[in-house]
Amino acid sequence: MTSRVKSLTKILSSVVLTLLGLSIVTFLIGRVMPVDPVIAAVGDNAPEEVIVRVRAEMGLDQPLVVQYLHYLGQVLHGDFGMSVLTKNPVAVDIARVFPATLELATGALLLAALIGIPLGVWAAVRQGRLVDQIIRIVCLAGHSVPVFVLSLLSLLIVYAKLGLAPGPGRQDILYDGMITPVTGLLSIDTLLAGDLGAFCDALAHMAQPVIILAYFSMAYITRMTRAFMIDALKGEYVITARAAGLTGTRVVWGHAFPNVAVQLVTVLALTYAGLLEGAVVSETVFSWPGLGRYLTNALMNGDMNPVVSATLLIGTIYVGLNLLADLLYRLLDPRVT
Amino acid sequence: MLAEIDNLRISFPTPSGFYEAVRGVSLKLGQEKLGIVGESGSGKSLTARALMRLLPSQARIEADTLRFDGIDILSASEQQMRAVRGKRAGFILQDPKYSLNPVKSIGALVAEVWRLHKGGSRREAMEAAINLLEQVKIRDPHRVAKSYPHEISGGMGQRVMIAMMLAPDPEMLIADEPTSALDATVQAEILRLIEELVSERGMGLLLISHDLPLVSHFCDRVMVMYAGRVVEELAASELSSAHHPYTRGLLDCIPSLSRPQERLSVLNRDPAWANP
Ligand SMILES: Nc1ncnc2c1ncn2[C@@H]1O[C@H](COP(=O)(O)OP(=O)(O)OP(=O)(O)O)[C@@H](O)[C@H]1O
Ligand SMILES: [Mg+2]
Repeated sequence: MTSRVKSLTKILSSVVLTLLGLSIVTFLIGRVMPVDPVIAAVGDNAPEEVIVRVRAEMGLDQPLVVQYLHYLGQVLHGDFGMSVLTKNPVAVDIARVFPATLELATGALLLAALIGIPLGVWAAVRQGRLVDQIIRIVCLAGHSVPVFVLSLLSLLIVYAKLGLAPGPGRQDILYDGMITPVTGLLSIDTLLAGDLGAFCDALAHMAQPVIILAYFSMAYITRMTRAFMIDALKGEYVITARAAGLTGTRVVWGHAFPNVAVQLVTVLALTYAGLLEGAVVSETVFSWPGLGRYLTNALMNGDMNPVVSATLLIGTIYVGLNLLADLLYRLLDPRVT
Repeated sequence: MLAEIDNLRISFPTPSGFYEAVRGVSLKLGQEKLGIVGESGSGKSLTARALMRLLPSQARIEADTLRFDGIDILSASEQQMRAVRGKRAGFILQDPKYSLNPVKSIGALVAEVWRLHKGGSRREAMEAAINLLEQVKIRDPHRVAKSYPHEISGGMGQRVMIAMMLAPDPEMLIADEPTSALDATVQAEILRLIEELVSERGMGLLLISHDLPLVSHFCDRVMVMYAGRVVEELAASELSSAHHPYTRGLLDCIPSLSRPQERLSVLNRDPAWANP
C-alpha cells in the first residue's frame, strides 16, 4: 500500500512539474512572437505616450521573471486575458468553443474505438487471411486519404446530392438560441432541455465530421490493436488457455485481450488528445465553431492571448490524459505497482 | 487405449518446400506413464501438441492414426476437440512464468477452468479452486488464490498449472518438460506430485523431458527420439540394456559415482540415424 502511495505521489509531482514547465513555455511563446501586444491593442497609429502608458499598464516593462509570476498568478485565477479579435475574455471564448471540439472528439473516439478494437482483434486472429487483407486496405485508405478530401466529398455527396445529412454547422437555424447552454455539448444540452427534435438535429449535424474523424482514428487504432494482439496471441498462456478447453472467443477476449489493454489505453489516450487539439480541417470544412478554428483564427490575426491560452489548454489535456492512462495501467495490469 | 499414434508426420512450409520436423512417430498410451526423451528440436513437443491439436496453424499434420480414446483427432470438429482438451486430457507447459496469464489471479485461472467443465456458480468455482490448490500441496491456498502469477515462485507456478489441468478430472496428462524451468530440488518435488496425482487418479501420463535418468525413474516406459523419429522404445527397467547407439551415448554422458570415468564421453551423432 505504501509503495502505491509513493508511486502515486511521484506521478502527481511529475504532473505538477510538467504543467509548470508547460506554463513557462507558453509564457515564452507569448513573448517571442513577432507581434507587439501593445500595438495589437492600441493600433499602429497610436501616439507614443499612449503606447508607453499601455505598455506599463500591461506590465510589459517589468523583468521577465516578474512578468512570468504575474502571468502564472493570472492563469491560476482563470484569467487568460482578453482576445483582441473577439473583444471577449479568452476564458469565455474557450468555454464556448472547447465543448464543440470536445463533442466532436469524444464522438469520434468512441466510434473509432468501438469499431477499431474489434476489427484489429479480428484481423490479428485471422492474420494473413482475406479478412485481414480487407481490413488492412480499409485502414490504409483511412490513413492516407486526407481528411479534407473525405470531408468535401462527404458534403458533396451525402449533403448536397443525397440530402441524407444536414450541411455545415452544429445545429439548424431553427433551434438557434433555443437551447440553454449547460455543458456546451449540444447533444447533452438538448436532452437536458427535453427537446428531442433539437437532439436529433444536433446528432445529425455531428454525423459527418464525427464519422470522418472516427474513420481516420479507427485506422490507427485498428493497426495498433492488430499488432498488439498478434504479439499477445503468441504467448504461451494462450496455449494454456486452449489446452484447458476454452473456446476460441474466450481465449482471444478473455485471455489475450486483457494483456493488450494496457497498451491500448496509451493508444486511445494519445488519439483522444490528438482529436481534442481541434481538428482544424474538419472544423473549417464543416464550419464547426471549435478550438481548432478559434486557434487558427487567432494565430492568423496575431491575437496572442487566445493562442497562448489554447496552447496551454492543449498541453494540459495531453498531461491530463497521460495521467489518466498512468492510473488506468494500475487497474489493468497487476504487475504495475 | 487413451492415445494412439501411428506414423505421425508434422511439417512446416519453408521457402524451399516443406520441412519435416516429425517423421513418422508411432506410440500407444494406456493408463501408464510413458516418458519421451530426446535432444532439443527432436520433435517431442510437436508430437505431444499434435495429440491435442494445439499446433501452430501453418503446421501440416499427417498420420495413419491419430486418436484419443477412439476420437480421430485429424477429422474431429473444433467442438469435439474442446471436449478432449482440458476435460479429458490436460497439458502442462514448460515455464509457468510464461504459461500462466499474467493479468489473471491464480484463483481466477483455476476457477475458470473448473467452472467451464463442471458448471456451477462463481463462488462454488472459487471454493473448488482453493480445494484444488490444496490438493497440489500449496500451503496457504486462500492467499495464493488472490495473488498473481508474477508474485509466486516457479515451483508454486507449476503447482498452479497442475491444479488448473486437474480441475476437470482428465484421464490423461501430458507434461511437456514440466520441470526444466525449475531448480533441482523443486524439480523432484513437482515430479513426485505429478506421479502421485497420476497414480491416485489412475490417469495416463506422457512425460517429456531432456533428462533420461529422471524420466526412467518416474515412468514405466521410455521412448527416445532423435531428429523427428523414435529411435528406441523400452521399459524403464531395461534402460541399461538399451542398444541404440544414441541412447547408449546419452547414458554414457551421465557422470556416475559408482562407475567413475576419467573423462565424460562426448555425445556422438551419426547422420545415418536420421534416415534409417
Ligand atoms: N512454428 C514452427 N515453425 C517452423 N518450424 C517449427 C515450428 N515449431 C517447431 N518447428 C521445428 O520443429 C522442430 C521440433 O520442435 P519441437 O518443439 O517439437 O522440439 P522439442 O523436441 O520439443 O525440443 P525442445 O527440447 O527444445 O523443446 C524444431 O527443431 C523446429 O525446427
Ligand atoms: Mg519442447
